[in-house]
Amino acid sequence: MNGRRIHLGVARVSGPLVFVKGTENVSYGEIAEVVTSFGEVRRGRVLIIDGDTVAIQVFEGTSDFSSADTKVRFSGHSLTVKVSEEMLGRVFDGTGRPLDGAPPPISGEERDINGAAINPVSRVYPKNFIQTGISAIDGMNTLIRGQKVPIFSSSGLPHNRLAAQIVRQATIPGEESEFVIVFVAMGVKHDDAAYFEETFRESGALENVVMFLNLADDPSIERTITPRVALTVAEYLAFDRDKHVLVVMTDMTNYCEALREVATARGDVPTRKGYPGYLYSDLASLYERTGRVIGSEGSITQIPIVSMPNNDITHPVPDLTGYITEGQIVLDPKLHRQGIYPPIAVLPSLSRLMKDGIGEGFTREDHPNVANQLYGSYARVQQIRNIASIIGEEELSEVDKKYLKFGDFFEKHFLNQGDENRTIDETLDLGWKALELLPVEELSRLKKAQIEKYYKKGANDATP
Amino acid sequence: MATKDRERSDVTTRKGLITGINAINGPVVKGSGMAEANVMELVYVSDERLAGEIINIDGDIATIQVYEDTTGLGPGVPIYRTGRPLSVELGPGLIGNVLDGIARPLNLIREKQGVFIGRGVQAETIDRSKKWTFAPQVKVGDAVVPGQVLGTIPETPILEHRIVVPQGVSGKISSIVPEGEYTVTEHVAEIETENGSETVTMLKEWPVRRTHPLQKRMKPSVPLITGQRVIDALFPLAKGGAAAIPGGFGAGKTVLQHQLASWSDADVIIYIGCGERGNEMTDVLNEFPKLKDPRSGRPLMERTILIANTSNMPVTARESSIYTGVTIGEYFRDMGYHVALMADSTSRWAEAVREIAGRLEEMPVEEGFPAYLPARLAEFYERAGYGEVGPERYGSITIIGAVSPPGGDFTEPVTQNTKRFIRTFWALDKRLAFARHFPAISWIDTYSEYIDEMAKWWKEEKKVDWRSLRQRMLSVLSRENELQKIVQIIGPDALPSDQRLILHVASLIKEGFLQQNAMDDIDRYSTPEKEFRMLDLIAKYEDRAEKLVQGGLPIYRIQEMKVNIKLLTMKQEVADDKLEELDAIEQEMNQEFDELEKSLVTSDEKKG
Repeated sequence: MNGRRIHLGVARVSGPLVFVKGTENVSYGEIAEVVTSFGEVRRGRVLIIDGDTVAIQVFEGTSDFSSADTKVRFSGHSLTVKVSEEMLGRVFDGTGRPLDGAPPPISGEERDINGAAINPVSRVYPKNFIQTGISAIDGMNTLIRGQKVPIFSSSGLPHNRLAAQIVRQATIPGEESEFVIVFVAMGVKHDDAAYFEETFRESGALENVVMFLNLADDPSIERTITPRVALTVAEYLAFDRDKHVLVVMTDMTNYCEALREVATARGDVPTRKGYPGYLYSDLASLYERTGRVIGSEGSITQIPIVSMPNNDITHPVPDLTGYITEGQIVLDPKLHRQGIYPPIAVLPSLSRLMKDGIGEGFTREDHPNVANQLYGSYARVQQIRNIASIIGEEELSEVDKKYLKFGDFFEKHFLNQGDENRTIDETLDLGWKALELLPVEELSRLKKAQIEKYYKKGANDATP
Repeated sequence: MATKDRERSDVTTRKGLITGINAINGPVVKGSGMAEANVMELVYVSDERLAGEIINIDGDIATIQVYEDTTGLGPGVPIYRTGRPLSVELGPGLIGNVLDGIARPLNLIREKQGVFIGRGVQAETIDRSKKWTFAPQVKVGDAVVPGQVLGTIPETPILEHRIVVPQGVSGKISSIVPEGEYTVTEHVAEIETENGSETVTMLKEWPVRRTHPLQKRMKPSVPLITGQRVIDALFPLAKGGAAAIPGGFGAGKTVLQHQLASWSDADVIIYIGCGERGNEMTDVLNEFPKLKDPRSGRPLMERTILIANTSNMPVTARESSIYTGVTIGEYFRDMGYHVALMADSTSRWAEAVREIAGRLEEMPVEEGFPAYLPARLAEFYERAGYGEVGPERYGSITIIGAVSPPGGDFTEPVTQNTKRFIRTFWALDKRLAFARHFPAISWIDTYSEYIDEMAKWWKEEKKVDWRSLRQRMLSVLSRENELQKIVQIIGPDALPSDQRLILHVASLIKEGFLQQNAMDDIDRYSTPEKEFRMLDLIAKYEDRAEKLVQGGLPIYRIQEMKVNIKLLTMKQEVADDKLEELDAIEQEMNQEFDELEKSLVTSDEKKG
């Protein structure tokens, strides 16, 4: 751009923000290059304009800035990323620069990383069942193509293993098309990133994966743009190239902390736990970049991983996430301690899109009711366990004792499956096997015809 | 009024009152040279004409909230004033439409821009070129008063659009067009008033932030029948009343709002998706054309208007979306219709208010919300009401706001302040949702302040004593709640028989009555008659069971009765038009009790 002045010196440096005075023709959201006293070039984005003063959020941090020597150059455009199919199989940093030693993709078009909101009337309601091979998900919290479902976890729980297993096993029964993976790391440990890379390599899917890595020791402010860069690529692959894209984003809590850092530096009014009031809108601007749209065969399915500080589901990050996403998969430390994998707490877990993607014509006709019954019965198990812990198991009624048996079977066999990859039929049959431990009168959420067809089917087969 | 506004805007354009931006912070921009501007004035920012509204004036600097993304704007970018407040266009063509927070039809935006919503789209709410069949209802020389119907338009097969005499206008009809096809901008009538003549077109423009009061406010006295048993039978809402649905995520707020939008016996439904999920709006868009209105058998879309400002759309337009919705509601109310307005979720609206307040550097009070949050909530909920809208004609707006308390904590400011301005509070309980008890309305924390009025309605309209039956059911549920605390400690078997009977009857009420399956064709809607009969049956069951248990019958004999399963499944087995099947169940029940009674007598005789 001609006429773009280079500003020598900055007025003030405050955390990740630098303030420049005497600017002209700067536009909101514009990208600026900031050159440190040592000649290092860093990128930032215009965050506030007040008359001729501009605040720039610098992605790579503000160390080595000085008020006299630092130069600022405005680019005249907002932050873009070049998108193309060449990106598949590549590894990029948190701002979209190659990390794998190869040159940047040559072809492709520049797209604004903020994207635009999908018009609600242009959406196609997601209905296709994704088989993950995991019973607790397929049977009771079914994942749908075009859905966003986070994994709520906390330190020490196997959320990475679960996410990797979903990525490895996810298929659409009866369809050939494979998922393309966009993997987004925000502030994760080197080991965790390596674990995912290893998993992708082992499953031979590496050429179908685009990785964006902002690791734990990378600049934290960079994290605020990493998911936007990645989702711009995902949107291109899904809606321009008709691919089914599975986006795994980890860890959203790190992202939110970076956002909080910027907000604090800017002096935004803090709300719960110091997070800014716009955290909900900001998260929505990421999570809502999911789904299917009219005129494209592709889809974006999101699996963000949210680690809950202190395992507190009411913490603002999981709380606001749950209000935006279409359900959640909650991991439970108690189940994990019992050696159950995946340790999915089915009662607080939920899939909001499940109702329209299961049952006759989608999975199996008994699926909705079996899921419902498993929920109801397992919720009852929790109550009975509470009572039993006080009055002792012996004092329980016969029916209640059967519930306890059901609960144990459900956890040890239905939930606990290790790396097994189960079909939906296997999952549902296992669900019936668990329900058979209960008297038939207790199964009020199942239809008579379904009970006749499935209940004690296994037992009948065994008797001569 | 409207003519004055138009004139003023012409003047401004002629003078070319253009000013420039001098500061930007997210959706909030500041413009200088605004000494003449008004607070709440609509402005257009930049040559892309992004809509904005003046929210503050300090000297000649105006603070403007822009209804679209501000990326790329900078100092010096022009701001165009209009001299008019932010308004919504009203007229035939609203029904069945999907609008964004500032009333732009989303289908029109899609035609212009494709899948994504770009910036600066100009899209008129009401189509200027479409012709509508207008049938006059008055003739030249007729004296007319405000709210009187001048003519009607068959907008959809179930909704007649009425053009009424504007508020504050009365006089004689000096001209009226014959029945025929007209566009919304053509003059259809002229009224000779004391202050000159007033021309009427089918198109109106109302400022969204100003309440359009009822001609005469009256006490809400008729229930909004929703077909949801826990609501209609236990915690009713009156037409013209206000209710809140608070609940953490996953508690089922949205499903309940969808059920209410589907089955409520209102004439017009306005559903505002305010800062919620995109796919949910798509779900409504897919389902409503398929679902049939239980009264007319016509697709629900023929009485519904959707306002979709999803969570990723501009936060400022989210703030205005509820005002856009309620203004449209007032317009239909003034035609003499009962309007039900659902806002999902008012917490997202409050957060938008908070976000803008934060950008203005206003002093936060609780949890970062500005001090005027309660006042704003009151303004909104008070736009609900029932009353006279014209001679011998009545209309109402019922407002149902979903509240999404952070962490499911009902003590937070939005829930607490909302409670002050509503009269029915449907508290959703996460524990019920976990056990897949839907609707997860807690019978302990929920309340309705419309009981007196509704009891009168049941007595007069249905000739039944609903109040005592309701009270009785609630007392069973509340005693059960107390007993459960003891059960947690000593187990159910240690309780005396009469208390175990209460647990048993409460479980019949919970599973057989309160739980309602939105997916089941019969279960998802119940008429008031069926609801009353069901509860009455459970009450009779309790009466007889109580007598037997007092007489020494072991409780397990009651728990094993064959009729129990019938009572549990009557909600989905007995259709609304086959209530005689309930008589059969009652008969069966009485027979079984007779036999139990006999066995009790014989065993007594044996003992004796």
